Amino acid sequence: MPTPARTLFDKVWAAHEVTPETEAAPAVLYIDLHLIHEVTSPQAFSVLRERGLPVRRPERTLGTMDHSTPTQTNQVFGGAPIAVDSAARQVEALARNCAEFGVELLALRHAQRGIVHVIGPELGMSQPGKTIVCGDSHTSTHGAMGALAFGIGTTEVGHVLATQCLLQRKPKSLALNVEGRLGAAVTAKDLILGIIGQIGVAGGTGHVIEYRGSAIRALQMDERLTVCNMSIEAGARAGMIAPDETTYQYLAGRPRAPRGAAWDAAVARWRTLPTDAGARFDREVSIDAGAIEPMITYGTNPGMVIPISASIPRRPGDAAFARALSYMGLNAGEPIKDQKVNVVFLGSCTNARLSDLRAAADVLRGKRIARGITMLVVPGSQEVKRQAESEGLDQVFLDAGAQWRESGCSMCLGMNGDLVGRGEYCVSTSNRNFEGRQGAGARTLLASPVTAAACALTGRVTDPRDLL
Amino acid sequence: MEPFTTLTSRTVVMPAANIDTDQIIPARFLTTTTRQGLGAQLFTDWRYDAAGAARPEFVLNRPESAGCQVLVAGRNFGCGSSREHAPWALLDHGFRAVISTELADIFRGNALKNGLLPVIVDEATSGWLMGNPGAQVRLDVAAGTLTLSTGIHVSFPLEAFARHCLLRGVDELGHLLDRRAAIDAFEQRS
Ligand code: SF4
Repeated sequence: MPTPARTLFDKVWAAHEVTPETEAAPAVLYIDLHLIHEVTSPQAFSVLRERGLPVRRPERTLGTMDHSTPTQTNQVFGGAPIAVDSAARQVEALARNCAEFGVELLALRHAQRGIVHVIGPELGMSQPGKTIVCGDSHTSTHGAMGALAFGIGTTEVGHVLATQCLLQRKPKSLALNVEGRLGAAVTAKDLILGIIGQIGVAGGTGHVIEYRGSAIRALQMDERLTVCNMSIEAGARAGMIAPDETTYQYLAGRPRAPRGAAWDAAVARWRTLPTDAGARFDREVSIDAGAIEPMITYGTNPGMVIPISASIPRRPGDAAFARALSYMGLNAGEPIKDQKVNVVFLGSCTNARLSDLRAAADVLRGKRIARGITMLVVPGSQEVKRQAESEGLDQVFLDAGAQWRESGCSMCLGMNGDLVGRGEYCVSTSNRNFEGRQGAGARTLLASPVTAAACALTGRVTDPRDLL
Repeated sequence: MEPFTTLTSRTVVMPAANIDTDQIIPARFLTTTTRQGLGAQLFTDWRYDAAGAARPEFVLNRPESAGCQVLVAGRNFGCGSSREHAPWALLDHGFRAVISTELADIFRGNALKNGLLPVIVDEATSGWLMGNPGAQVRLDVAAGTLTLSTGIHVSFPLEAFARHCLLRGVDELGHLLDRRAAIDAFEQRS
């Protein structure tokens, strides 16, 4: 009998079942790669200590510091102490925990440190066919490599440390078929914002999304990472993209990718992963890439998004909608264009890879940002920072009047003191525009790096196509 | 974890949809290294104004909310970040169950692992609960039922393993540790 046609997700899932799920109990799923950071791991290590348990496979866990770490060079490399006390304590706790349990840590001054979802692919650790987890919802990012990658809670971080496994029910599958070509100044960020606008912030709940179609195949690796990153913003458990030549070219020669014969064997294995012809998904949705415009959010969740040339919709009688607009200080029926901006944040695991910095620098080169605008450029990793500097991008940003920082999550969630002020408008390349996400009372407008740079130049919400 | 068999309590109603974990517990309180004490910061930006004074109109600040252990929330409650601090904060405040028409996946898993009962109900039941804030309800884990003050029983989905863990007060780590032999065998063959 021929084997039934299977999806990429089916294949990766099946290859990691230690025991399959039954009516009575979830599957025991083996985890290949576990990434940890300072914010969601301390209580997990406490549980190991309370129960006298070791880390089962320390070499399968890698620690980094990103969420609460400073981005000011003098706090990272100079003599200045970390400004936020509790953050300093968390960073110390992670260092202590990793040392005690034998887990590798890319500590604050390490040359390979960075945002956890940027360094996994960058180091070549996030590979096709792997199961990857982290106590962070944007772990979905790594699915762009053809991995099954999802965020977990702290209790589960403890489970993986102790057993290298998780108890999981198999989610459903959702095929997102994206055909056509993205237009000028329309980026992967606009694509995923457009998708979330279409399917909604709970549109993927209970599902693993596979992004498919000609528009996805045409994306470079950095762009695929941006798309998968925001799967969680559609409520999905994970997002995946089948590995192909783009994936292999990206991985070849990376510090922790296989080499020599092991590389050839790995690629041969990876080539068997893509979804078989005729495989069934639980749901399918079609998206026309050609219809996507530069997008921007106007509300307090990523589904409240419109083309930048459009007006904010009217939803009479919807109290939650009215509340969101009042928080944002915006009016239904009015265009978003020309809305005043105070802060521009170019950073986060969504859009702080080298190609993102290049795209923004192309808009800013030889120009000055508008008077009164604060622009923060925070590379996704120390490696991205180094590469950007070797291309002179730091100088482009500095000459334009922006700040150039050390890597970290920074203003994406404002844990390290990089905050947007109450009532201020921030055009941000990050992934969440929730109330208070960038600081109490802060108003976030999510957009692509190109749009963010355009807004920095004018000090107002600006369609990047107007500057082409 | 304490066993969870039944719970009888009045409800607190927060009708908004898509209440995300950044609202439940903002990131600036995540620099803690313990699980305790987060209840004080639950919904902090809705509960307190910029000067730190309680906003009297916010539901948790109303006297009738004191002692309520069941939160009724709008659709897609708990979306956003995977922070387990969200169920920790809800539990620390005194909640033991959250009722909604839809709960975000990671939040739901985190809630169960900490003995916070996630209860998914249909639109009609949700509508009734929203329209009757403070109503007394009864939750029965073994039967998987929610009983309204009208006497109506509504069943809610709870998979067998989660039910088992709640009723016995056992956690998943013990279950996984018991499967060491299978994990060893898996590592051998892969
Ligand atoms: S950059 Fe933002 S979304 Fe990404 S891991 Fe950091 S805090 Fe989370």
